[in-house]
Amino acid sequence: MAVEEKEMPWVGRSVKRKEDDRFVRGGGNYLDDIRLANMLHMAILRSPFAHARIESIDTSAAEAVEGVVAVVTGELLAEHKLAWMPTLSGDTQAVLATDKVRFQGQEVACVVATDPYVAHDALELIDVEYEPLPVVVDPKKAVEDGAPIIRDDKEDQKDNRIYHWEAGDKESTDRAFSEADVVVELDTHYPRSHPAPLECCGCIADVNPATSKTMIYMTSQAPHAIRTVFALVTGLPEQNIQIISPDIGGGFGNKVPVYPGYVVATAASLLIGQPVKWIEDRTGNLASTGFARDFHMHGELALKQDGTMLGLRVGMLSDQGYAYADAQPSKFKAGLFHVVTGSYDMPAAHVVTDGAYTNKAPGGVAYRCSFRITEASFLIERLVQNAAYELGMEPVELRRRNFVRPEQFPYTSVTGFVYDSGEYAKALDVALEKSGYEQLRAEQERLRAEGRLLGIGVASFTEAVGAGPSRDYDILGIKMFDSAELRIHPTGKAILKLGVKSQGQGHETTFAQIVAGELGIPPEDVTVQEGDTDNTPYGLGTYASRSTPTGGAATAVVARKLRDKAKQIAAHTLEVSADDLEWEGDRFYVKGAPEQAATIQDIAFAAYTNHPQGMEAGLEGVTYYDPPNLTYPFGTYVVAVEVDAQTGEWKVRKVVAVDDCGVRINPMIVEGQIMGGLTEGFAMSAMQQITFDEDGNCMGSNFIDYLLPTAWETPTFELHATVTPSPHHPIGAKGVGESATVGSPAAFANAVVDALAHLGVRNIDMPLTSGKVWEAMQQARSS
Amino acid sequence: MFPRSFDYLAPESMDDALSMLAEHGEDAKVLAGGQSLIPLMKLRFAAPDYIIDINRIPDLGSMHENGSLSVGALVRTHDIERSELIKDRYPAMAAAAPLISDPLVRNLGTVVGSLCHADPQGDWASVMLAMNAEIVCRTGESQRRIPVAEFVQGPFTTSLEPNEIATEVNIPDPGADTYGTYMKLERKVGDFASVGVAIHLSFDGPRVERAGIGLTAVGPANIKATEAEQLLTGAELDGGTIARAADLCAEAADPHSDLRGSADYKRAMVRVFVSRALSAATAGKAA
Ligand SMILES: Cc1cc2nc3c(=O)[nH]c(=O)nc-3n(C[C@H](O)[C@H](O)[C@H](O)COP(=O)(O)OP(=O)(O)OC[C@H]3O[C@@H](n4cnc5c(N)ncnc54)[C@H](O)[C@@H]3O)c2cc1C
Repeated sequence: MAVEEKEMPWVGRSVKRKEDDRFVRGGGNYLDDIRLANMLHMAILRSPFAHARIESIDTSAAEAVEGVVAVVTGELLAEHKLAWMPTLSGDTQAVLATDKVRFQGQEVACVVATDPYVAHDALELIDVEYEPLPVVVDPKKAVEDGAPIIRDDKEDQKDNRIYHWEAGDKESTDRAFSEADVVVELDTHYPRSHPAPLECCGCIADVNPATSKTMIYMTSQAPHAIRTVFALVTGLPEQNIQIISPDIGGGFGNKVPVYPGYVVATAASLLIGQPVKWIEDRTGNLASTGFARDFHMHGELALKQDGTMLGLRVGMLSDQGYAYADAQPSKFKAGLFHVVTGSYDMPAAHVVTDGAYTNKAPGGVAYRCSFRITEASFLIERLVQNAAYELGMEPVELRRRNFVRPEQFPYTSVTGFVYDSGEYAKALDVALEKSGYEQLRAEQERLRAEGRLLGIGVASFTEAVGAGPSRDYDILGIKMFDSAELRIHPTGKAILKLGVKSQGQGHETTFAQIVAGELGIPPEDVTVQEGDTDNTPYGLGTYASRSTPTGGAATAVVARKLRDKAKQIAAHTLEVSADDLEWEGDRFYVKGAPEQAATIQDIAFAAYTNHPQGMEAGLEGVTYYDPPNLTYPFGTYVVAVEVDAQTGEWKVRKVVAVDDCGVRINPMIVEGQIMGGLTEGFAMSAMQQITFDEDGNCMGSNFIDYLLPTAWETPTFELHATVTPSPHHPIGAKGVGESATVGSPAAFANAVVDALAHLGVRNIDMPLTSGKVWEAMQQARSS
Repeated sequence: MFPRSFDYLAPESMDDALSMLAEHGEDAKVLAGGQSLIPLMKLRFAAPDYIIDINRIPDLGSMHENGSLSVGALVRTHDIERSELIKDRYPAMAAAAPLISDPLVRNLGTVVGSLCHADPQGDWASVMLAMNAEIVCRTGESQRRIPVAEFVQGPFTTSLEPNEIATEVNIPDPGADTYGTYMKLERKVGDFASVGVAIHLSFDGPRVERAGIGLTAVGPANIKATEAEQLLTGAELDGGTIARAADLCAEAADPHSDLRGSADYKRAMVRVFVSRALSAATAGKAA
């Protein structure tokens, strides 16, 4: 391989991941690997009830245990005005419960002790008296009159409604529906899911009593933003807070919010004057930290008989749990859900969304998704397939007929998104060809005659990632730019510091490649640093596929700034005018005399030893990049499944994924992201869900009940690409971390429904368990 | 994991183990593979003061045939999975072993431990019900043999006394001409059963001489489908018999609805699995 690979430009090369060497050797530095002198350990007592009044908390027996340093309750925190904290969506959330518990697993008290075993022993000795209250688990019932009010702590909250928010235009949509030949409806629930990263959340808070410096090692995808939130919540001066996110064992959105454990550990360290470590256990993670999805959706699609889409009507009720804590930075209440017109040139749309409180954990994090876009993509792609059945059309032809066409870009959708670029039909065509779609349809026909059930599902999704332009996106007012600081040292080696934070996405390689692409410094000579608020420029963090669109753009821009300076230095050392210089790969050479050249390494040395008079020494710079728009990756996924007609079990036969994320910086890393996303998309469609019984008991708080697929059931994926560069990104790249989680659940669900479509089955809610599939077949056969 | 504190005892002989158990009784738990006990301790659902680890006791890991098959208390699921003897003579056991959890659990988890744990979703009890196995239990003074059907009494309840250790499970000679299988509906690999069916048949020519059927996860304990067993005993496996046996098994099942599926679904799956297994048995006969 070597020769051709070596001659390829750095951007577009499948460079091996620089970070993997230390990870595969067990040399990563995760939160729980960090041990500080005099460190104490904290454990959390959680509520067994979903809704109850706290009558009393007796901590005396726990405090008497040898090794227990402190027992922290909500009452104690209230004395410091820390019993409640703001959420990222402008609501409030309890740090430790004072008046009531509002979900099962809620944090009630914390024990700080010299050793974690002692802390857990003492938890059992805390005596909490609860007065159980009626529980609200169904959001539809939550918004009915007379439902028990969950947030009675908030003075102006007289019901369980959180928000009502609309997008699009009702009038034109009504008109479109009145002109329709066919209207197709779908009611579906996108179940509550959980990112479940391999590493749970945790922190070590270390408040130095002598200097008041607060160091917090934290599993955070967004350390800078969290520092600002901490400063605002605690009143500590921001410059005295340093947050360090070490290596992170997966985030998927779970590690964006501020969790009670972080706040209590910090408060405890402040009060005690020793470092306090909190490591969340799996049950705590699944039962209390940021869930995802949980949208009850109703969609109606209006079409002409020839398949032309006329309008889309969507109603959505979001089950938010007891706090509105979506980690989402847009001005829109339901995140980017109103991108629900998807890949289609939809003349009219009206989207009505409502949020409801229930007695469940708060969250609404963007689990590998750009703020609720997964739910939107799922709804439209399921609706389109059902519309095809209704019209008697081939589903892919219906899609093709309505795609936004290449010449329409930039395309402004009726709900207000400006799609930057796309070639939807091209990606579809590649997917159809590579999957052997025609043959699959023919085989489906043949097998049906034998009573066997083959199903083929397609999803042609559009993503909107890279939040985001400052006019629409901010977190507590902080705009969603991101930053890069590049320092090139005298020997020509560089350090790149970023405001984003990898949790496994391969930033240490991808961003080094961008520098290499711009300046010719090989990736191994570029060290990428992230996650330390005192030593990286301010940024909003990594989620919603935003790192390449924002931090990646900032990297290219800062590298270009340095190249401009490098040109002046090269002109000086080569003793020519800058206008006579040409850039090539890693050097400036004199036009017409390529042997007269200064490499970037030569120039770096000169920047510190022989820089022109009047110019500042050094070769470093920083850029804050405010993206002009989101980027819009897209693609088509084709899934074929075979359903067992007797048991309802289904097996995936084939998955063909065609992704277009613009320019691919490191194709291997891109493919890794897509495979991971497809795995999670499969998991959501097949098995993943967190449910509650009528008493609000969480039925998914361990890995026996909350199912993650293993290599055994995860299908094999066949990946292909088309490349439509983003017109506004400096190197034409789009985010890709989430395309597959967004696009693929509908493809899997469509495939299973398609296998049963001839029986009249039109919907099975996710996860499509064998039991539900069997039930659907029974109903279809008996009707 | 942060269990409550406990004392760890590691006897090197059965006599020592039994006297420790006699001393600590209800406050002690025997540790075999630990694959059920340790998860419970981790969650503090179980918090014994004493753990009596039997893994150092010699000979408990042996499996041998002598008129019947003796499977010692330290025979791991993995040992069953790998055994040629089991593959040749005890096809229901051979079919069940690889369907239990994952290799990590199978490397440590024991057959006898699974029976003692008596999880209604445990797979081994159904296999042993189908094979009419007996458990051998000892105290310092006495020994008794208990048919698995009497040993397993309800969810996580057995007739084992607090001072008893199960030393082996004993499986009657299956005969020369046998058919056996285990079928399991699971949501992913390593999952506990949503529904499981164990079938063991001994043939005398075309006729079934002995029939054993055990059902997993469809009742408060593993179920022995005795009516279906009686129907099949002495019968030839024609379509009608198979259908009736499958119906009887579905009736014997007493499942409840949960996230894995409705009670109707689970009952239907018992029917599907029994008829698939019996049909496969006749296909074997015809060949
Ligand atoms: C992730 C996971 C998945 C699993 N999936 C399955 C599955 O799909 N199907 C399945 O059947 N099982 C499954 N199991 C359970 C597994 O098979 C256990 O190993 C088995 O149930 C218990 O055997 P053990 O040797 O580990 O017993 P232990 O955990 O050591 O003991 C279990 C109980 O039996 C008692 N005990 C054990 N041996 C004796 C003895 N000789 N005398 C007296 N008392 C004794 C112990 O005191 C304890 O109460 C799973 C376990 C795990 C951790």
